[in-house]
Amino acid sequence: MKLTKETLQKIDDVIPRYPDKRSAVLMVIHLIQDELGSISDETCEWIAEKLDLQPINVKELITFYPMLRETPWGKTHIRVCRTLPCALRGSYATCQKLEKKLGVKEGHVREDGEYSIEFMECLADCGEGPVVMVGEETFENIDEKQAEKLADQMLKGKLEKSADFVSYEKGLLSDSPSKAKKSSSKTKK
Amino acid sequence: MTAKNSPKERRIILKHADDPNYSNRLGCYLREGGYEMLKKALKMKPEEIGAEVLKSGVRGRGGAGFPAGMKWKFLDRKSGKPIYLICNADESEPGTFKDRQIMYKDPHQLIEGMMIAAYAIQAKLAFIYIRAEFFEGARILERAIAEAKEKGFCGEKILGSDYSCDLVVHRGAGAYICGEETGLIESLEGKRPNPRIKPPFFPAVLGLYQCPTIVNNVETLCNVKHIIEMGGDEFAKIGKPNNTGTRIWCVSGQVKKPGYYEFECGALTLGEMIFDVCGGLLPGRSLKAVIPGGSSAKILRADERFVGKHKDGTDFDWGIEDVPLDFDGPMAAGSMSGSGGIIVMDDTVDIVEAMANINAFYAHESCGQCTPCREGCLWMKKITTRMCDGDAREEDPDMLLSIANQIEGRTICAFGEAAAWPTQSFIAKFRDEFVQKAKHSKRSKNSLQLI
Amino acid sequence: MISKGKTDQVTINLDGKEVEVPAGMNLVDAVALHGKEIPHYCYHPQLSVAGNCRMCLIEMGTPMRDRGTGESILDEDGSPKIGWVPKPVIGCATNVSPGMHVKTESEMVTGCREGIMEFLLVNHPLDCPICDQAGECRLQEFATDYGRGYSRYKERKNVKPKRTRLGPRVTLDDERCILCSRCIRFSQEVAKDDVLGFVDRGSFSTLTCFPGKELANNYSLNTVDICPVGALTSTDFRFKMRVWFLKETLSICPESSAGCNTLVSSREGQIHRITPRRNDAVNDSWMTDSGRALYKLIESDDRLKFPLVDQEKSSLEDALNASLSLLRGKSVGIVGSCKSTVEEQYLLNRLAKEAKAKKYLRGHFGEDDGILLSADRTPNLRGALITGFASSYPTEHLSSLAQALKKNQLETLIVVGEDLIESKVDAELLSGVQIIYLGTHENVTSTLAQVVIPTLTSFEKSGSFVNRGFFLQGFQQAVPGPAGLLPEVSVFSRLINDLNGEGELSSDLNSIWKMMARSSTSPLKGLSVSDFKKDGIQLDGSKWADLPFVEQKALHYEAVAEPKRG
Repeated sequence: MKLTKETLQKIDDVIPRYPDKRSAVLMVIHLIQDELGSISDETCEWIAEKLDLQPINVKELITFYPMLRETPWGKTHIRVCRTLPCALRGSYATCQKLEKKLGVKEGHVREDGEYSIEFMECLADCGEGPVVMVGEETFENIDEKQAEKLADQMLKGKLEKSADFVSYEKGLLSDSPSKAKKSSSKTKK
Repeated sequence: MTAKNSPKERRIILKHADDPNYSNRLGCYLREGGYEMLKKALKMKPEEIGAEVLKSGVRGRGGAGFPAGMKWKFLDRKSGKPIYLICNADESEPGTFKDRQIMYKDPHQLIEGMMIAAYAIQAKLAFIYIRAEFFEGARILERAIAEAKEKGFCGEKILGSDYSCDLVVHRGAGAYICGEETGLIESLEGKRPNPRIKPPFFPAVLGLYQCPTIVNNVETLCNVKHIIEMGGDEFAKIGKPNNTGTRIWCVSGQVKKPGYYEFECGALTLGEMIFDVCGGLLPGRSLKAVIPGGSSAKILRADERFVGKHKDGTDFDWGIEDVPLDFDGPMAAGSMSGSGGIIVMDDTVDIVEAMANINAFYAHESCGQCTPCREGCLWMKKITTRMCDGDAREEDPDMLLSIANQIEGRTICAFGEAAAWPTQSFIAKFRDEFVQKAKHSKRSKNSLQLI
Repeated sequence: MISKGKTDQVTINLDGKEVEVPAGMNLVDAVALHGKEIPHYCYHPQLSVAGNCRMCLIEMGTPMRDRGTGESILDEDGSPKIGWVPKPVIGCATNVSPGMHVKTESEMVTGCREGIMEFLLVNHPLDCPICDQAGECRLQEFATDYGRGYSRYKERKNVKPKRTRLGPRVTLDDERCILCSRCIRFSQEVAKDDVLGFVDRGSFSTLTCFPGKELANNYSLNTVDICPVGALTSTDFRFKMRVWFLKETLSICPESSAGCNTLVSSREGQIHRITPRRNDAVNDSWMTDSGRALYKLIESDDRLKFPLVDQEKSSLEDALNASLSLLRGKSVGIVGSCKSTVEEQYLLNRLAKEAKAKKYLRGHFGEDDGILLSADRTPNLRGALITGFASSYPTEHLSSLAQALKKNQLETLIVVGEDLIESKVDAELLSGVQIIYLGTHENVTSTLAQVVIPTLTSFEKSGSFVNRGFFLQGFQQAVPGPAGLLPEVSVFSRLINDLNGEGELSSDLNSIWKMMARSSTSPLKGLSVSDFKKDGIQLDGSKWADLPFVEQKALHYEAVAEPKRG
């Protein structure tokens, strides 16, 4: 298990921020998972040694939290929200459409390792449901039709620069059309 | 378009959230008078800040609605142990998406509120526990904290005073139970987030690392800044008695304009919210039910009447549109305002499927520590899923009710109630649909798939 | 945790009756003191409180006080008004306070218990017919006493790994596990070996070890004892015997001077398992795994089963007569044993006086694990000191015996249970000596002995040991020894009687104790067998306070002096 110097440095930087070493375990796991994609048993032991814990203490966490993985997701990981508010706006159809277009079932990684879909619990953007996260970006209002378009753009590698799909994160400051729509219809003091 | 006499928002917390000329950088925050309140607070005594917060009557906006000032009073300041402040930014309650707006768009407001609160309780260290799905949010907060530190707004010797308090951003990893305060503390300690038994582990006495800890919601902490700005008494004038300040309501579901709206407490009713502010239901639909406070709250049936007496002796007789949107209104109607997540369901919704969706959520998120929640949630999920798969049985509604009654009040934390209330209220108010399901099991053609 | 001080008592109202309970005690224990039971799974008096099974839910109320003045609010009839907590509370986490009202029998409590019981059984497999825990299973017991009596669950049950190897001595069946976490807390808090944990979450939570690690420490079988269901079972005991056929005998573990209280379970003369017995002053509820395996020595191949004279099979009578002829008028040395009981050591001491014999004693030492395996690997070294058989702390070798043999000072040796060769006494030194060997198993010395009289293991006789804390503890005979053998007390008293011709001594333990208790200076003064038959008695060991005891600080034991090897 090899980690880059940067990751090792980040790990060493994050541990002393906490009064107790053990508290840093989640952050350390995130840093490692960001680089390696998953936490193997060997990695559990490495983390346990680093933080004066037992490997079982780390394994308990990896298996508890859905976002911590023992096997990696695909290169592009898609998360679709399935909880009630998004489901009411059609997220199940969205998920099925994405499954069809990308050729992989939810909870699985496509055979070539490119895509994976995860049917998640509430992603906390319910007003703009159905919510679909691609990687670290949050895309809103992805109903079945939009899902088709989204998948198309993803497959063609055009999602990054897409004008149709501006993620919540990207839309924070830009003058995106979806942003402008929102500002005009809200009553503000 | 909004009607002429529809209620007006009052944006205190979200004042700059949708301003196209406002970014989440320090420069903008300072331009709008940021961190002036921190300067003011540092000149006050910590007890004075606590007194202002208590006077303001501000109640927790994370779901429980417990007065923040009173929570601070319970803090054990005499133990000699370090005190910690934790901001609960885990926002996982289905239907809630207000803290996201604050953290992504106006993070410095949260930081200032936290620093004032930390000073008030003399915290040694403050944490922001943010859910891991907010990838960018964590980065925005880290950057904002770095900016603030540079100018002395947090960290060592804040603004040249003797008070130091660092701020650490801690990411979760996708568990709803981390939103429960003791579950959050366990997660922050690096253990499995199993909530603690209370008594004896009240966070104000035995919290993080068994030291006195205060856990507050993002919105509550932001309010602290504004309380200092206008003073506790002025703040208490906003809204209604015992329901002070503004609340950010998150409307989702089948309305034309879902989204987040900040109103004074009690400034509008549920009907005004749904039909005026949110533009009403989708064309051709009629209202069936509303969940007023995140999926844990009891459901309100559209044709129900809510009749009773307020605490002050006055009578009330409401239809669903008349329920006032504050803390006590939904509570009087038999539900709760919870985290402020209003989920609107229209007549195309199959209630049993909605119930199945919610049960699946709770079964998935149960931590598994105590028996009733662990086994009961999964059992309820298995029943409702089976009902939606075409094998509904006559005894199911009674069975579900019995299970929910066996969970409520018997668990370590409030997750048990959160899981039991939806089932109890769904069956109490929509029993006919559950009974119907047993007779006509198949999912109807135009009903939305929810499980 | 149980509070030990009996002085602070508090009055609470238990189901309508006023009762006294020790202050600071939790309700589960307090209520048990008055003959009632609050069913519980995850609570254990010697582990931290988890409060996760929720089986001990009861109704509780405290006297109401006026918020402003602090005065008690009174009822119409003048008694304090009770503020009943609207939700049930768990008894294990609620400590008694004056005036507390508790209801263990009410509609709410019955409903709670039926509900929790039902939930526990929802995903529990129907394994009773093949589960070792049957007959001592708390799920069975509480389901019978407090359950609804019928199942309403008509869905599929969760599937988890079954009969996995958790460690060399423990088998784990995850489906039966009720996730009480007793085993995890035990491993962390008592055995100090943090290897167990829960993986996954919710109803799919599963107990496991990290891949590659095992529950292999010397206290692993205690998790089997405290597991309230058949999830953790002893691999050694698996499928051997139904527990309701077992006869339980109170015993003391002879492995070391820790003196763990045990329960020997046997049927028809065969021991099937050993489990610890609770003693809050000595071993809490634990014992070592190695101590449990000692019963296997009974059947081992090198067990001496019949007396030998000149290495030929003989009758006990002949062996005793042969011994007497080797003792009369000869210079005798007696090598005693720290593994003998107090009664045996007393009689051996009397025999030594009678035969004017020199006494020798060696110790057996090992590493102290700081819990219940002390550095002194004999159960009764202090018995030898108290009975006067030895006055100094023994070493690991019998060097003074070797000296005496070199100088040809001894003609006959009585050796009780020791191997002289191992004790650094050369075989050549023994060539000119007559040896009477008494012991349970064959060794080099027994093959050199002129007379071999087999003795009984501690499972086959009754007696007492004095442990490291100078605790006098008695044990009962669990199974009969090999046919034709007598306990050592009979052998020694017979030898003494024949040597002095008086025939006074009886081998009855009561009369032996009458004699021991006569001494005015011994810590045993005034004691009788019934005093310590069930619970041990603390003796005064101050006379020997300066001896270099090797035991280190451990569970319920403070090291007496600087541990020095003599």
